[in-house]
Amino acid sequence: MEGKKAPRAEARDLCVHFGQRAAGFAKFTGRRAPVVHAVDDVSLEIGPREVVGLVGESGSGKTTLGKALLRLVPVTSGQVLFDGDDVSHSRGDQIRQFRRQAQMIFQDPHASLSPRLTISQLLEEPYRIHRIPEEDRTSVAHLLETVELSSELANKYPHELSGGQARRVGIARALALHPKLLIADEPTAGLDVSAIGNILNLMNDIKDEYGISYLIITHDIGVVEYIADRLAVMYLGNVVEVGPTERVLDDAAHPYTRALLSTVPKPDPRRKDGHAPSLLPGEIPSPKNPPSGCRFHTRCAYSDNGLCRTVMPKQEWVDESHAVYCHRWRTVRG
Amino acid sequence: MTESVVKVRDLDLVYQSGNEAFPALSDIELEVGAGEVLGIVGESGCGKSSLSSALLRLLPPNGRITRGHVFYKDLDLLEIPETRMRQFRGAELAMIFQDPLTSLNPTFTIGTQMRDVQRAHGGGSLSRAQIYRRSVEMLEQVGMPDPEDRLRSYPHEFSGGMRQRIMIAVALMLKPGVLIADEPTTALDVTLQAQILSLLRGLCKEEGTATIFISHDLGVVAQICDRVMVMYAGRVVESADLFSLFDEPLHPYTRALLRSIPSRNRRGSRLVSIPGRVPSLSALPSGCKFVNRCPHAQDVCRATEPRFLDIQGHRVRCHAYDSSSGFRDAGVVTADRFGD
Repeated sequence: MEGKKAPRAEARDLCVHFGQRAAGFAKFTGRRAPVVHAVDDVSLEIGPREVVGLVGESGSGKTTLGKALLRLVPVTSGQVLFDGDDVSHSRGDQIRQFRRQAQMIFQDPHASLSPRLTISQLLEEPYRIHRIPEEDRTSVAHLLETVELSSELANKYPHELSGGQARRVGIARALALHPKLLIADEPTAGLDVSAIGNILNLMNDIKDEYGISYLIITHDIGVVEYIADRLAVMYLGNVVEVGPTERVLDDAAHPYTRALLSTVPKPDPRRKDGHAPSLLPGEIPSPKNPPSGCRFHTRCAYSDNGLCRTVMPKQEWVDESHAVYCHRWRTVRG
Repeated sequence: MTESVVKVRDLDLVYQSGNEAFPALSDIELEVGAGEVLGIVGESGCGKSSLSSALLRLLPPNGRITRGHVFYKDLDLLEIPETRMRQFRGAELAMIFQDPLTSLNPTFTIGTQMRDVQRAHGGGSLSRAQIYRRSVEMLEQVGMPDPEDRLRSYPHEFSGGMRQRIMIAVALMLKPGVLIADEPTTALDVTLQAQILSLLRGLCKEEGTATIFISHDLGVVAQICDRVMVMYAGRVVESADLFSLFDEPLHPYTRALLRSIPSRNRRGSRLVSIPGRVPSLSALPSGCKFVNRCPHAQDVCRATEPRFLDIQGHRVRCHAYDSSSGFRDAGVVTADRFGD
């Protein structure tokens, strides 16, 4: 990787497990709930001004990975780096500095806006928390303008906004501190098509204007096809494939990526007859008790009874930018 | 087309609030034949769900049907007494909702709930063994592993995809003539969505069920439907067979919807966004309801509501296709095809 620009944010062998420490009543009984392997051994880089799309089914650990990159959930092992600095265990001022530069747009815009604050209070909150002097703040009116909202909304409360408007306020709030990295969790979920177009156009404009890197977590492949430079696919806590968007879409090497892409509904009626999606049998297994070896082997058409069942696949390179975690990717690509 | 199972004619629905009546549906026309899947698409607030409630006569107390007919086979469902309608719901007209968990009773096992549905409509003529066999058979049909064991499970013990399968099993158990599915896969992941869509389409074709599939997702509609109806502000603005609608959408609203879908072909270019929002029922424009968001709007569009035209089976509600409307430069609209 020499000679390449240092990544803005990076996860190295990152693990996030929940329920490892006994909590609550279990402290006394000594009984342990099974550990949830939400994110297991994930390495991922997000370059400066790069848009990385993170896709996968619910329960695959996408959101947890996003939160771990912002240190919003405790890191079990591995590292989170930001601009080359290890922030996985920073505290105090260090973490506050980091969080000024890395922000999140949450999935449910209404749930992430306090119902008791007006829009202008919500937009000033980041400045208060980070004790930014008045002269360095961006005005509420300007923030609203950036996300194409009318300044009349400043004195309204979140419940008076539509879903699309609330989403924009969430984006404006994330932008208030001029971050270098934005993690957007399902930025288009629950919006009508016309509103999706609006939000994506806005996110594109902001990227160009502020020079931000994005991690876009979504299950809508259309969104990442449209906006992402690179695509990472997660399955049950593991990243199974990562590469330039076009390469992954056209030449997926992991059988899960292939199945996932084929099931995406396209507004093209001709696919219905000619092109039957390769339906994945069954459902995603529980992360409390993930399958041994390759975690996808229970649903994989290519799995053999040896390696796939016993050994977790290592990263292999399809080409210099396209990585896959599969023992049999050469056969899969055939 | 085979003879239609459901036929709606000139349906108007209003919601009464105080002294005011808000028109939620207006001039609805639709027909679905046996084994046919009709998709209904539109943004939130366009009346999709009001329409499905109206078909089942499950309207909120302030909802009133002021005009029109809903025929099931040859019977006008709006004319029959409520007691008769109650026998029809569930048996002849079944519905699948978006969120299966709220439609299943959490305190009873799946087996009990499947039994009760059959008893309620079977009139005591079915033996316990028959009911049990039918329940197992239905769960098998929807691809449930170990159906006999799973009948003893409660709704919370199933995953989201399995719950939606159960809903489909319950809905189709009594072999209804009509199935209304309101956003049945919205809460599911794409891989599960694909499973459920292919299951639903397969069963409807096999059983000859006339299906009305409501969705806001044009991608989903393209995968499952035979014909598509686009709704806007309580009106049908376009209706055509699947291929004509996607290949040659006529209404400016349909075109904008199709162009606003993010995909790789649109990388680097801006997505089309429809300015403004669906007008609220209290402030509908007087002419064409799409007028304040339409790039081609003219005086005639503001003045009069367009007719629902029939252009060789492809139906559209837009002045630009009506030579008698006085719309100027109609060629601009007709030439503005999808696939620019």
